[in-house]
Amino acid sequence: MKAKLRFILAAGVLGLLMTGPFALTALLLFADAKEAERAAFAQFLVPRLPLGALMTLLGFIAGLALLRGLFQQYVHGLLRMAETLRLMLGANRNFRVAPEGPPEVRELGRAANDLAQQRDELLNDVDEQIRQAKASVEEEKNRLAALMSELAQGVVVCNLDGRILLYNSRARLQFTALAQGPTSMSGGALIGLGRSIFSILERGQITHSLETIQQRLARGSAEPTANFITSTRSGQLLRAQMAPVLRTGAGVATTANVDSPPPTPPAWQGGDNTGSQAAPAQGGLAAASMGAPLEVTGYVLTIENITRNFEREAERDQALQLLTDGNRAALANIRAAVETLIDTPDMEADYRERFTRVIADESAAMTERLEATMNRFADALKTRWPLEDVLGVDILAAAARRIEDRLQLLIKNEDQDTSLWVRVDSFALIQAITFLASRLQEHYSIRELRLRLVAEGKMVFVDLIWSGKVVSSETLYAWELEPMSVGAEISPLTLRDVIDRHGGEIWYQRDKAAHNAFFRIVLPAAIMSGVQAMDPVPHVRSESRPEYYDFDLFAARDAEGSGIDPERRLTDLAYSVFDTETTGLQPSNGDEIIQMGAVRIVNNRLLRQEIFDQLVDPVIPLKPEGIPIHGITEAMLNGQPRLDVVLPAFHEFCAETVLVAHNAAFDMRFFQLKEDSLGVRFTQPVLDTLLLSAVIHPNQESHGLESIAERLGINVIGRHTALGDAFVTGEVFLKMIPLLADMGIVTLRQALDAAQKTYFARIKY
Amino acid sequence: MSHRVLIVDDEPNIVISLEYLIKKEGFEVAVATDGEAALQQAADFAPDLILLDVMMPKKSGFEVCQALRADPAQAAVKIIMLTARGRETEVAKGLALGADAYITKPFSTKELVLQIKSLLA
Repeated sequence: MKAKLRFILAAGVLGLLMTGPFALTALLLFADAKEAERAAFAQFLVPRLPLGALMTLLGFIAGLALLRGLFQQYVHGLLRMAETLRLMLGANRNFRVAPEGPPEVRELGRAANDLAQQRDELLNDVDEQIRQAKASVEEEKNRLAALMSELAQGVVVCNLDGRILLYNSRARLQFTALAQGPTSMSGGALIGLGRSIFSILERGQITHSLETIQQRLARGSAEPTANFITSTRSGQLLRAQMAPVLRTGAGVATTANVDSPPPTPPAWQGGDNTGSQAAPAQGGLAAASMGAPLEVTGYVLTIENITRNFEREAERDQALQLLTDGNRAALANIRAAVETLIDTPDMEADYRERFTRVIADESAAMTERLEATMNRFADALKTRWPLEDVLGVDILAAAARRIEDRLQLLIKNEDQDTSLWVRVDSFALIQAITFLASRLQEHYSIRELRLRLVAEGKMVFVDLIWSGKVVSSETLYAWELEPMSVGAEISPLTLRDVIDRHGGEIWYQRDKAAHNAFFRIVLPAAIMSGVQAMDPVPHVRSESRPEYYDFDLFAARDAEGSGIDPERRLTDLAYSVFDTETTGLQPSNGDEIIQMGAVRIVNNRLLRQEIFDQLVDPVIPLKPEGIPIHGITEAMLNGQPRLDVVLPAFHEFCAETVLVAHNAAFDMRFFQLKEDSLGVRFTQPVLDTLLLSAVIHPNQESHGLESIAERLGINVIGRHTALGDAFVTGEVFLKMIPLLADMGIVTLRQALDAAQKTYFARIKY
Repeated sequence: MSHRVLIVDDEPNIVISLEYLIKKEGFEVAVATDGEAALQQAADFAPDLILLDVMMPKKSGFEVCQALRADPAQAAVKIIMLTARGRETEVAKGLALGADAYITKPFSTKELVLQIKSLLA
C-alpha cells in the first residue's frame, strides 16, 4: 500500500516534470508579448496543441514504464527480500534468498545469504555445545544419583524453609523404619519432596546447627559443618551431619532455555535444572574463591540411625561402669579391714571376728554384684551422649546471643580463653546456660551476667558470674533437678541430665574478694589434633572440589508455604491426587471405603515414589456385583486396618496440599460422613478433574476418566485400583493445567470458581 | 587433749575399720550415718576433722561440706572427702567446695592415717 502510494506520487512528479517547464515557458512568453504577437502566437499554437499533447503523453507513458520497472526491481524486490529474510530469521532457518532482479539487488541477496550461512554455523556450534554440556550435566547427575543411592547414609537436601528438595532411597528407608503407626502405611509419608523436615527433626536443633555453621563460615572455617544427635518421636537415635549449600551473590542463568526435565533416575528425586549455581560445600569453599559473599541457600543432611550401635556401646559401657565404680566401695571395705587385721596382730577376738565377717560379707556381695551385672547388662541402658568438639568461645557467644534475645539480659565477657575446645552437646549446653540465666533473672533479679571461660588441666570451667545477690546452694540443687524451661520453651532434660551427659559437674561458689558469686560448670576439655585446632585459620581454597551442582533446587520458591493461598498459580501448588474404591455407590446408604490410593504432585511433576496405597477393612460384607469392578475380595481385606486408622494417616499424607480427584464430590462425601466419628476434617481446597474437563471441553459428551485420558493422549494402565486411578487422574490434571491457562484460568481460585459454574457442579450425591 | 574425728558414712562395713583405725591412733571418734546427722554431730561433737563420704542418704557429702564451710563456727574443721566415684570433675568439685583432701575408694589405710595426721598437725 505504502509502496503503491509512493509510486503514484512519483508518477505525479514525473508528469509535472514533463509538462511543467513547457507550460511555464509558454506562460512567460505569453505575458511578455504584445497584443498582436499574442494573437499570432495563439493562432500558431492552438491548432498544434493536440500534437504537442500527444508527444508529451507518449513521453509520459515511456517515463511511467521506466519508473514502474525501477519500482518493481528495487522497491518490490527489496520488500520481497525483506520478507524472505524475516522468514529466515524466524520460522525457517534454512530458507535462502533467491538472487533475482538487478545486479545490485542480487549482490545484496548473496550477502544476506552469506550472513545467514555464518549465523547458521554459529548456531549449530552453540547447539552442539549446549548438547554436550547437557550430556555431561546429565552424566554428572546420573553419577551423583548412583553415588547417592550407594551411600549407607541417608541424604536429605533442604532449603532454608526446611522443605525437602532431594533425598536418597536410604533416607527414605530410614524414615520409613522410623515412622510408627499411621504414617508407615504411606511408605514413610513424612519424607517427600516439598515436605517439611521439621516433621521429622526438631526445629530448634536444625536452627541451632545452622547458626553454628554460619559462625564457622564467618570465621572462614575449612569445614563449616555441624553434627548433632537427635532422638525421634519413636525414641530412635539419629546422628546427623549438616553441611551448608552455598551460593555466591551473582546467579547466572546460563541454562534458561533447557527446560525439559530430564528423565529422573529411579533412586532419588531432584528438582529442575534451571537457574543459578548452588553447591554442597563439604570439603571446600570454591564459591568463596570467586570473591563474592557466601550465602547459605540450604543444607545437606547426612543421617545415620545409630540406635543399635549406640545401644550396644551403652550396654558395654554400663557393664564396665558397674564392674569398676560399683565395686570400689566394697573393695575399700575389704582393704581397710584386711590392712587393719595385718597391722594389729594382737587384736581382740571379737573384733577380729567382726573384721573377718566384713571381708566375708563384702566379698560375697561383690560376687553377687558381678553375677547380677553380667546378667543385667544386656538390657541395662545408660545413655552416654555422643559429643562434639566445639570451640568454647563459640558456645558462649551462642549462649550470650540466646540469653540476650530471650531474656533481654545484659551479657558481658570476662576472661575468655579463645583457644579452648570442649567436648559437648552444644544445643543442650546452651539450653542449660540459658536456663540458669533465666532462673537468676527471675529469682534474684540480676541485671547483668558475665561469662568466663578458663581451663585447668584437662578441665574447662564455664562460669556464670553475677554481682551482689547471694544464692543458697540448696537453690542450685533444686534447679538441677527440674526440667529446664525458658519462657514457654520446656526441655525434657534437667540441668543434672545435661551435666551428667557431659561427665561434668556444676556448683555454686562465691568470690568474696571480688564481691561476686558464680555457677561453675566443669566440662572435659577436648583433645584436639593439631589440624583441627588450626580451624580458625582461613582455609586454602581448593580448586579440585567436585562440582555436582547442576540442578538448582534452591531457587525454588517455598513450594507449599503455610496454608494454601487461593491466589497462587496452579503450577506452583502441591497436590495430593487420590481415588477410593468403595463397596458401592451410595455413601449415605452404608457403602464403605475399601481402598485408598494417592500420589503427590510437586513442582508440576507426578511423584510416583510418593504414594499412599492401602486396603481398608470396611467391616461390612462386600457386594458381589462390585468385585469384578474393583477386583478386591473379602480375603484381601482380612486383617487390613479399618478406616479409623487409615483416614487419619491419609489426612497426614495430604497435609498442606490441594486435593485432586475425579468426581471428587463422591469421595469427599464418604470422608464427610466420617468426619465426626473419626475426628478428621479435610479443610483444604478440592479440585475435581471431572468438573475441570467440563470447563475445558463443554461440548464433549463424556467426562469419564477414561474418555478424558483418551482425549488428552494419556495411556491408561492399571485402572480400577485406587492408586492406578490416582495416577491417571494425576496425569490428566497435569495436562489440564496448560489448557486451563489458555482459557485464562491460572490461579487456584479461578479454577475453583470455573469448576463451580459448570453444569456438573449441581449434581449432588 | 586428743583430737576429735567424726566419721560420716552410711556403710557400717567401712565405718568399723575406720573407727578402729582412728581410735588406735589415739583420737576420739564419733560416727554419723547420713548427711543430716553429720551436721548435727558436727555441732554437738565439735570435731577437729571430718571423714566425709559423698554418696549418702538425705544430704550428700557435697551438701554437708558446703553447709559446714558456710558456717563461721566450723571454719577450722578439716574435711577429708571419701568417695567411691573417682571422676576428676568430682574431685575438683569437692576441693572447690572447701574439702581439704579428697580420697577415692579403695584407699590405703596407712595413707589415710597419714593424711589425717598431717591435717591435724
